Amino acid sequence: MKMRSRLGARAALLAVSLAAVLPGSAQAHRAWFLPSETILSGEDAWITVDGAISNDLFYPNHFPLGPDGVTVVKPDGSAGAIENAARGKIRSTFDLHLDQPGTWKIGNMRSGVFGRYKLNGEQQRLPRGAQADEIEKLIPSGATDIEIRENVMRNEFFVTLGAPTDAVFTPSGKGLEMVPVTHPNDLVANEEGVFRFLIDGKPAAGVELTAILGGGRYANQPVEVKATSDAKGEVRLAWPQPGMYWLEAETKDKNTSVPGATVRGLGYVTTLEVMAP
Amino acid sequence: MRKTSLFALTGAATIASPAMAETMTVDITIPRLSVAEYHRPYVAVWLEGEGGKVRTLSVWYDKDKRGGEGKKWLNEMRTWWRKAGRSASIDGVSGATRAPGPQKLSIPAAALRGLPAGNYQLVVEAAREVGGREVVKLPVTLGGKSASTARASGKTELGSVAATIKP
Repeated sequence: MKMRSRLGARAALLAVSLAAVLPGSAQAHRAWFLPSETILSGEDAWITVDGAISNDLFYPNHFPLGPDGVTVVKPDGSAGAIENAARGKIRSTFDLHLDQPGTWKIGNMRSGVFGRYKLNGEQQRLPRGAQADEIEKLIPSGATDIEIRENVMRNEFFVTLGAPTDAVFTPSGKGLEMVPVTHPNDLVANEEGVFRFLIDGKPAAGVELTAILGGGRYANQPVEVKATSDAKGEVRLAWPQPGMYWLEAETKDKNTSVPGATVRGLGYVTTLEVMAP
Repeated sequence: MRKTSLFALTGAATIASPAMAETMTVDITIPRLSVAEYHRPYVAVWLEGEGGKVRTLSVWYDKDKRGGEGKKWLNEMRTWWRKAGRSASIDGVSGATRAPGPQKLSIPAAALRGLPAGNYQLVVEAAREVGGREVVKLPVTLGGKSASTARASGKTELGSVAATIKP
């Protein structure tokens, strides 16, 4: 609340989003998109999507996610557009008109800088949401123990109208990405889902991943699966049951691009619909 | 259906050779349900071979809805949609939904052409608007020397199902 008044609503938004995406962050807020369906039939189709940052999946009760910054890639690689976008107090929502058969990719990629330093013996933080080119100005002279962390974060999901296609899985080569071995719109509870993770386009070993089933409000313990990627960057997930899963993978390395940053935090989030067999 | 000179061909069938000129009859009972809002189910019938090969034999859906709108709900037959429906044209094998009671489906030899002799699962999936979904599987063999019938029964959305294959 204090921060909101000091930095304004926009900064507060960034603050919350960044806190949600910081690997290893003490705050476990989860950024999620929830598509109404992921496997569609017919000549064309509409889906509606909710986006929020909250602890419980998939219940909005804290902060909206998007719709600013959400991009759409059509099966043929061209850019699509979201429609009827609205930003509520605790949830964003938008529609998507699937007017082309195949697999679509919807989501966002964000990068940010997180930093702290000591000044006169007191711990200080860079304002959250600070941009790389502002860092020099933001750190006063005389600061010591400067730690700057760069964060690169993706949150995306896939939707297929008709037969699945693969074109949207071509990696960009930037940050942590997921290239499915099992198509994300071909997941079924009695078969393993296999996913390959890449960092800057190369297989990423040792990436820790958690998949959490939605609907946890009505369970004493959340239903979740954990895995770590192997040398090929692959993870195999056995689904405890059908449903909509929120999957988060995170890791860090030292391949920073922000001047002065010593660590690069890498995050990847997707929402996966696992069908009943 | 007729024992004509075709038996000579099927008699020669081996594991590797295609099942030729067989026909199949599938009897499907659609249960009468006393529910407030009843819609005839969408039904898909397909063959699943070893190694996951599939062939759709028949799809009953709201084919005549304006603007192809009936196709929007084909994915409700979720097993068929995933395994076969979404990657194949159903134009030649689809028909309108059918009423409760016994229904007969005749699969012509042409629909089975090219399928290798061997063991298959005949799968029937029914999905009903504001209702449930059910899958019934029957083991069938293509390329056999004599006529055979497999039977199974559903519990909720399907009644008895019988498949008769005649060489």
